[in-house]
Amino acid sequence: MAPGETAGPSSWGRYPHVDQRALALAWASDPLPEGTEPLLPYGLGRSYGDVCLNPDGPVLLTRELRRFLAFDTQAGVLRCEAGCTLGEVAELTLPHRWFPPVVPGTRFVTVGGAVANDVHGKNHHRAGTFGRHVRALELLRGDGTRVVCGPSANTDLFRATVGGLGLTGLITWVELQLASVMGPWMEVEAVPFSGLDRFAELTATSDQTHAYTVAWVDGLARGTALGRGIFFRGNHAEGGGDLPAPRLRLSVPFDAPDALLSAPLIRAFNAVYRHWPRGGTKRLSTWKFLHPLDAVGNWNRLYGSRGLLQHQSVVPGPEAVQELLATAADSGQGSFLTVLKTFSDVPSPGLLSFPRPGWTLALDFPGRGAPTFALLEKLDGVVRAHGGRVYPAKDARMSVDTFRAGYPEWRAFAAHVDARFSSGFWRRVRGEL
Amino acid sequence: MPPRRVLILGATSAIAQAVARRYAQGGARLALVARNRQYLDVVAADLRIRGASALWTEVADFLELERHAALVDRAQQALGGLDIALVAHGVLPLQAEALADSRIAGLCWQTNFVSAASLLEAVGQRMEEAGRGTLGVLSSVAGDRGRAENYVYGASKAALNAYAGGLGQRLAKKGVRVVTVKPGPVATPMTAGRMRRPGLLSDVDEVARRIHRGLEAGWPVVYAPAYWRLVMTILKLLPTRIFERLRG
Repeated sequence: MAPGETAGPSSWGRYPHVDQRALALAWASDPLPEGTEPLLPYGLGRSYGDVCLNPDGPVLLTRELRRFLAFDTQAGVLRCEAGCTLGEVAELTLPHRWFPPVVPGTRFVTVGGAVANDVHGKNHHRAGTFGRHVRALELLRGDGTRVVCGPSANTDLFRATVGGLGLTGLITWVELQLASVMGPWMEVEAVPFSGLDRFAELTATSDQTHAYTVAWVDGLARGTALGRGIFFRGNHAEGGGDLPAPRLRLSVPFDAPDALLSAPLIRAFNAVYRHWPRGGTKRLSTWKFLHPLDAVGNWNRLYGSRGLLQHQSVVPGPEAVQELLATAADSGQGSFLTVLKTFSDVPSPGLLSFPRPGWTLALDFPGRGAPTFALLEKLDGVVRAHGGRVYPAKDARMSVDTFRAGYPEWRAFAAHVDARFSSGFWRRVRGEL
Repeated sequence: MPPRRVLILGATSAIAQAVARRYAQGGARLALVARNRQYLDVVAADLRIRGASALWTEVADFLELERHAALVDRAQQALGGLDIALVAHGVLPLQAEALADSRIAGLCWQTNFVSAASLLEAVGQRMEEAGRGTLGVLSSVAGDRGRAENYVYGASKAALNAYAGGLGQRLAKKGVRVVTVKPGPVATPMTAGRMRRPGLLSDVDEVARRIHRGLEAGWPVVYAPAYWRLVMTILKLLPTRIFERLRG
């Protein structure tokens, strides 16, 4: 086995390395595996750090819970098992002009994972988080009971489960209200911008006119160039025609050696954006616009065997973002992929939901030991000084204090955590380690 | 093209479900047989939503060999004929337990070979009468050469390979194709937490895509993923003295 490769499931950032044991649940009606050791549901491992890992116990593989249970094509209500991916949901529902109400940057996430991390997408300014569109879900608790909860039933448990990182029990199925779309294609536009003030203008106007907005920021720019980037905006387009199946254009078969890390990787990532159609409106497949990196299988391996550490935070606005970008640039560890988006004041439903009104910035760093961790700690300091918070789904190392400061409702949440469930993340931010 | 009429025996196995999903997406008429009613109903509901144009289900214990003929008759009648059948049921016992208790080994052979061969024969004879059809059976690379790690299981699949090969030769003259499917280790609940190197497990959808293609084309032997053909060819040719020195 190559260094850094684990025998079992791992997280997308491939840090921390854990020799993770695994059990599987094949049927939603089956009981949890016998025993008392803490479990953690594991879907496709697309969260970056340790919210999907359970170093002291097994993870419970849920991917086989992937059956559709009911689909009302008139009302756009889908009930499916929690291991279905959003890509599979979209493939089923798009021909009927329905689409998942919220999708993150990849279609390879399970519905259960989307609830547990209360994910957001490029349409957050209108749709809010994924959890807002959940009509009901079933939770299998450690004591064997099954609880159906939703916005109007067992609401306390629902608020803990949405964004609850799999700690309140196993989500067996989810009933979703899908979003009505005009067709399977999107009209998209890319607009270069010179700095954060220009981004602010673009986002203010585009959020009115476009369902999806996001910006790529040049993570290697410094000085006056700091904060330049490309703004992407899109709408579902009219007109039918079958959507071509999403294509995997290439796949990364093994870890990039550290020596090759920087230049080729930055080029690879930036190529995704550089080849974007500019100037005027272009018609693109939904997949290509919403999930550009899905075209490259296992792109996380480009970061080498020491893994990838992402830092995604939400802060009040441009001053804090400017400071975060400058901190990263000054460290000499340029962020390889930097993404910026504004969150609106659409309220998030979960006690631990990440999105709150403000600007969210995601920075990607290859794991290079102590200097990387020092930088991440510094970034946390900026976030805290501005009253922001860090996204657990992307985190592998935030301190107990950073977590508590960002999520004041953690105490109320902790009361709902099921004794049979735990994770590396939870033990860490609860201050147990 | 009219919808495919597909019979799946052991329809709740993870690989069978993945193959059934592909047929359902194409609007096939499906007949599903499995042991557990509750599981079978969930699978059937899923396949209907995915596009299956007709669904017929029946619960059966395949160890009751005397019921096979009538079961296949009912399925054939429900579908209005058979284009494709897939014998997909099987068990993977823990080798150590099977070695310690011959009843466990025996049940594995009964399930994986005896009942599967009986079903193959029952379907094969009906396809022979009709003069058409493709009959697939889920075997395993483990049947190609007995290995210390899993030869109880492997032996049942080796016997199945021999049976399917012979049946295929007999039916080839009658317009019926027999397809022996040999997946490598696949990431399913059957293998979860049981493989020394889970990184080598194949994705079930990728395996199903290959099986679907093999069934549609009527290939005699389908390795899934395809690279297992090369791996097993080398492993089969390896002199015993060298083979015995390999790790399990």
